[in-house]
Amino acid sequence: MATHSEAQVWQSARLALRLGRRSIVLTALLVAVCGMFCLVLAVGSVSVPLEDVLRALLGQATSQPAYATIVTQFRMPRALTALLAGAALAVGGVQMQTLFRNPLTDPFVLGVSAGASLGVALVVLAVGTTGASVLVGIGLLGDFGLAAAASFGAAAMLLIVLSFAQRTQSILTLLIVGLMLGYAVSALVSLLLYFSIPERIQAYINWTFGSFGGVTWRQLPILAPLIGVGLALSFALIKPLNALLLGEAYAQSMGINLRRARLGIILSTALLAGAVTAFCGPIGFLGIAVPHLSRILLRTADHRALLPTAMLLGALVAMLADLIAQVPGRQIILPLNAITALIGAPVVALIVIRQRRLRDAFNA
Amino acid sequence: MNQTVLTAQQLSVGYRAGRGAPAVVLRDLNLTLHSGALVCLIGQNGAGKSTLMRTLAAVQRPLAGAVFIGSEDVHQLPIKRLARLISVVLTERAQTSLLSAYEVTALGRLPHTDWTGRLSETDRAVVDWALQAVGAQALAARPISELSDGERQKVMIARALAQETPLIFLDEPTAFLDLPRRVEVMALLRRLAHRTGRAILLSTHDLDLALRSADRIWLLDGNGALQAGAPEDLVLSGAFARTFASEGVAFDASSGTFKLCAEVRGALAVQGDGLRAFWTRRALERVGFVVREQMSAPFCVQVTHDSWQWQGVRYGSLEALVAALLNASADLA
Repeated sequence: MATHSEAQVWQSARLALRLGRRSIVLTALLVAVCGMFCLVLAVGSVSVPLEDVLRALLGQATSQPAYATIVTQFRMPRALTALLAGAALAVGGVQMQTLFRNPLTDPFVLGVSAGASLGVALVVLAVGTTGASVLVGIGLLGDFGLAAAASFGAAAMLLIVLSFAQRTQSILTLLIVGLMLGYAVSALVSLLLYFSIPERIQAYINWTFGSFGGVTWRQLPILAPLIGVGLALSFALIKPLNALLLGEAYAQSMGINLRRARLGIILSTALLAGAVTAFCGPIGFLGIAVPHLSRILLRTADHRALLPTAMLLGALVAMLADLIAQVPGRQIILPLNAITALIGAPVVALIVIRQRRLRDAFNA
Repeated sequence: MNQTVLTAQQLSVGYRAGRGAPAVVLRDLNLTLHSGALVCLIGQNGAGKSTLMRTLAAVQRPLAGAVFIGSEDVHQLPIKRLARLISVVLTERAQTSLLSAYEVTALGRLPHTDWTGRLSETDRAVVDWALQAVGAQALAARPISELSDGERQKVMIARALAQETPLIFLDEPTAFLDLPRRVEVMALLRRLAHRTGRAILLSTHDLDLALRSADRIWLLDGNGALQAGAPEDLVLSGAFARTFASEGVAFDASSGTFKLCAEVRGALAVQGDGLRAFWTRRALERVGFVVREQMSAPFCVQVTHDSWQWQGVRYGSLEALVAALLNASADLA
């Protein structure tokens, strides 16, 4: 009996450690996100002292009046956008990886970004050839033009995928349909590119680079609630997501309505990925890497810990990538997608090679 | 104890494919499951074991008839209510292994928790009890990827226990286990049925184990009928032998085991008793001799405490004895 109770003490200690790890990870990430937020506001083509950043945030006078404008008018919307987009893509990635039980899926696997690309391509590339009607539309929408076009494309794709999800039983079928739709839509974009003029192609390519800088204070009130709703929906789906870790049959046996859970997860992810793509362009990599990094940090796939962790880590990584893309102290801005992939890919590859657990996580 | 938990009335199971007539796998079944009893569902591949289990668990609709738990028709119940009545252990492996055995077991509490899935004190107590009931409390903090097949199966059984349902269905719970683990899991399930009062139904290919462990057996004959009864009744009625009769294998009712029908080489008798005599008989039967009680001296094998004697020659091992017998089998036939 002695060894028995010893084993139990040892076991409860290990359990406590696992639970402790969750609060440590979350607290550390929260602090890091706050710190990074201030840093992003301070660093750029012009450096603003941290003291002045805090003053500007609190609405007090800064040592130089220009600092307040730089921080609140230019850097703040950008930082908030990065924060929101990072959180959205990471949570979307977690949901897709759980739903499809596949470590290589990202929030765009359902073709949402392809749909958005087509929307943007239609507006940017076809303007010259289809005449005034589209131009009038853009004119009416003002600086919402690209975002509106992308949202429209993403939403159309979402409706198609949802109608498929309603009909098909197999989650694998849905994955393949999503991928094929993505290819088909990309092909349409290629055709548009082929028949377009260089200036417009350049404009389209600029959009595909991705940027957090295009979102103004006028657009944030649209982006933020969309992402808020997507995140809230995701948190409401914690139970189905956890049940799906054991597979669909087990989930069903535990009282989960599979059809409803599936639609909820797809809707939430499409909302998150669609909103980000519409306002920031197709930002790759974050959505696939951050969920894995979060699992490694937590050592659990329990979504009650995983979703908040991915949210914070996604925000952190997005802000970091944006910081690097702006090349502090210089006047140039590098393509965001190049930064996320260039820095992120080797890091993730290294971690995956070292971490047996991650591969185990998907029985790969 | 031993109340009726589930009844199936005039149940026909099978598949509706397109517009044609449905493919009936089993027809007109009248079945009951009692609390505190372990029932083993056996039958050859394709006899309809999983179709029946799926229909009873309300995963699949019946072609005719109905399944009741108490007075409730399971196929009319909302899925949330069903999750409080039936829990399952499937052959499907959990994909993620970044969950600890404790977390997997705790997932069994899903039908009982609020929308966040947070565990209350009661939930934690139930999870602890379930892990203890299967003897897996020492595994609680280990990731399920690190567990052996047998340990993992115990945790999946603990998860089903934690769901606190009067019925537990298990789809071939012993399929991927080695022999000692099979015996262990079956003994565990039998104990759980008797001690926790749950009605446990499992499908299995381990006939020998089912005969020894089950309180009742549901035997599918492969022609759409099901015979239910105590294992021994089914053996005595010959139902077992008929169901599993096939070329080269025969069910031996006297030992309750299956025998390979080797070519008959002749008859012999074994003199001696105890373990050595038992295994001597097994060896002779294996190579195709019929073992009788009494035979004349040339057909008699004597078992001594350290060797075997046949026709005046001593053999130090059964291998040597069998070789000699096979050499002489033309004379023995």
